[in-house]
Amino acid sequence: MTATTPSPPPAPSPAVRRARRGRWGAAAPLLLGASVVAALALLSLFVGVSDVSPAALLRGDSDAWELVAVSRGPRTTALVLAGVSLSIAGLIMQVLVRNRFVDPSTAGTVDSATLGLVVVMLYAPGLPLIAKAGVASVFALAGTGVFLALLSRMPLRSPVMVPLVGLMFGGVVGAASSFVAYRFDLVQSLLAWTTADFSGILRGRYELLWVAGVLAVVAWVVADRFTIAGLGAEVATGLGVDHRRVLMTGLVVVALVSAVVVTTAGVIPFLGLVVPNVVRLFLGDHVRRSIPWVALVGAGFVLVCDVLGRTLRHPYEIPLGVVVGVVGSVVFLVLLLKGSSRVG
Amino acid sequence: MSVETAPAAAYAAAPRDDSERRARLLTGFSVLAALVVCAVFVLWDLPSAWEYVLELRARKVAALALVAVAVAVSTVLFQTVTANTILTPGIMGFDALHLLIATLVVFTVGSGANAVTSADGARALWALETTLMVVVVALLSQWLFVGARRDLHVLVLVGIVVGTLFRSVTSLLQRMLDPTQFAVLQDSFFASFNTVDETLLGLSAIAVGLTLAAVFRLRATLDVLALGREVATSLGVDHRRTVMGVLVAVAVLVSVSTALVGPITFFGLLVAHLAYRVVGHRHRHSLPTAAALAVVTLVLGQLLLERVFSYATGLSIIIDFAGGVLFLALVLRRSRR
Repeated sequence: MTATTPSPPPAPSPAVRRARRGRWGAAAPLLLGASVVAALALLSLFVGVSDVSPAALLRGDSDAWELVAVSRGPRTTALVLAGVSLSIAGLIMQVLVRNRFVDPSTAGTVDSATLGLVVVMLYAPGLPLIAKAGVASVFALAGTGVFLALLSRMPLRSPVMVPLVGLMFGGVVGAASSFVAYRFDLVQSLLAWTTADFSGILRGRYELLWVAGVLAVVAWVVADRFTIAGLGAEVATGLGVDHRRVLMTGLVVVALVSAVVVTTAGVIPFLGLVVPNVVRLFLGDHVRRSIPWVALVGAGFVLVCDVLGRTLRHPYEIPLGVVVGVVGSVVFLVLLLKGSSRVG
Repeated sequence: MSVETAPAAAYAAAPRDDSERRARLLTGFSVLAALVVCAVFVLWDLPSAWEYVLELRARKVAALALVAVAVAVSTVLFQTVTANTILTPGIMGFDALHLLIATLVVFTVGSGANAVTSADGARALWALETTLMVVVVALLSQWLFVGARRDLHVLVLVGIVVGTLFRSVTSLLQRMLDPTQFAVLQDSFFASFNTVDETLLGLSAIAVGLTLAAVFRLRATLDVLALGREVATSLGVDHRRTVMGVLVAVAVLVSVSTALVGPITFFGLLVAHLAYRVVGHRHRHSLPTAAALAVVTLVLGQLLLERVFSYATGLSIIIDFAGGVLFLALVLRRSRR
């Protein structure tokens, strides 16, 4: 994306800048961002039907604490974990496929994970959550593999063709899920997975998301390899990176994250697509530098959307997936039309 | 082969006439097939107390046929106007748009749910929705197709995202409706050929009939239009005006079929390509053939579903699956060239 110049932090004098350069120069805005997200998370704790006020918590009201421990806390944590991990998964996928219009939800990964869940419901509904997520991951991995195979069979790929094929592939996989679900009376369960809804998140039902969180951190650590792998097989090999292995690592991370989020909370559309693109507008293509920002913006975006969903129709709730779908598709549309002059 | 000996004029004309005759024959054959399938649907295994069943089935087959024709014709028209054979109104999110408009109308106008459920209310609502749909499609198309020239693939992607946006806003609004209002709306959001509102059937038939008549009169102009903007303009077609007119027809057809049974994304793509395969691209053949093949596919599909699979799955799901695979195949083949 061409330079919309990042609004730089107010420029201090050169001397000060030199003194601050190094770790703090980069870390200060990040800390600021992190505190904004923390504030949002705190806000999200106090939004809801039953009253939990900061005052009550400070008083040591045991009911209020109980509510936070069982429901509000897990929900906020789940939101942050899902937002962070999905956004990073989207970034990885975009780097590896070398296309900024791709993310797990436009490449059939999420649809494949959902199909996996439908199959589990059919053949082994009693499996523990972690095993369900495992099956979903296998399906997600396979689906992503098929997507890549489709891509490699398209010699001429314009940047916009890639997500187009991904979306259609996802549609076909989705139709297969609907077919199975319809046939075996699972339509309702399917509906629950296809719109992310965090209202059912309670203590004991979200912990799997920590796996996604850990994977996001792993991705952060090996970020530079992804960048190099994103330069293509020849360049990467020339630089001494095992392209295949890095590619596989990336895909496993993406598939696992998508599967875990779908299993615990449902499908959050566009998140992995929009967040990395917005960050790229300001920071450019440096993966390692943008990962923390992608994580922060992802968490913040999800938190804001969730608070919106909970307040718009108080005391009822609009599922997160719907709110993100509206906001995300508008942002994506703007990105698409702004970028299309260069693409076309 | 006597190609060398044949006079030049005859050589040029002969295959032309041949293919013309062949296309006409195939068109006639498809229409006949459509009629036969409809008859089989109505008459198959008719019980002794036949009056009631006959009426029920006739209504169902009429709805199926109307939807099939509307979807097929609107797809062919849309592909002509946009000068490519990958797009359909469904892929561009037009039927999602209709659902959004329907929801918006109920959201703002229909606060009294009984105003909506009464026959008069339903008709008024239908007219309002269709009118709005035509206006919005005209504006949207102006922006997408007629104004700036955009890359085809960007266009498709924009269409898909716009469709997602429409669907998300629709479900957002639905979540904010009263339960009673929501119940009124809910039926129209799943493609289902089992529950078709009969008050709307007559209205839809009239709307589709008028549109078809208008479109079929334009068939020669449409052939020219398919050659692209420059060629069409140089051949004396008022490109802009004709395109807008055709898009209005598309809007009417899309809202009729969506109002009757809900969205079916890929069906149009499927039958349009079948028709091109069978009779080629001239509209005097492709329009009726696509419509007839659509009727055959839909009615036969429903028949199989009811009689063979005993409702084991939704028809629209199978159609979406087959259409999606076809779309992928088309894209892959096209980009290989």
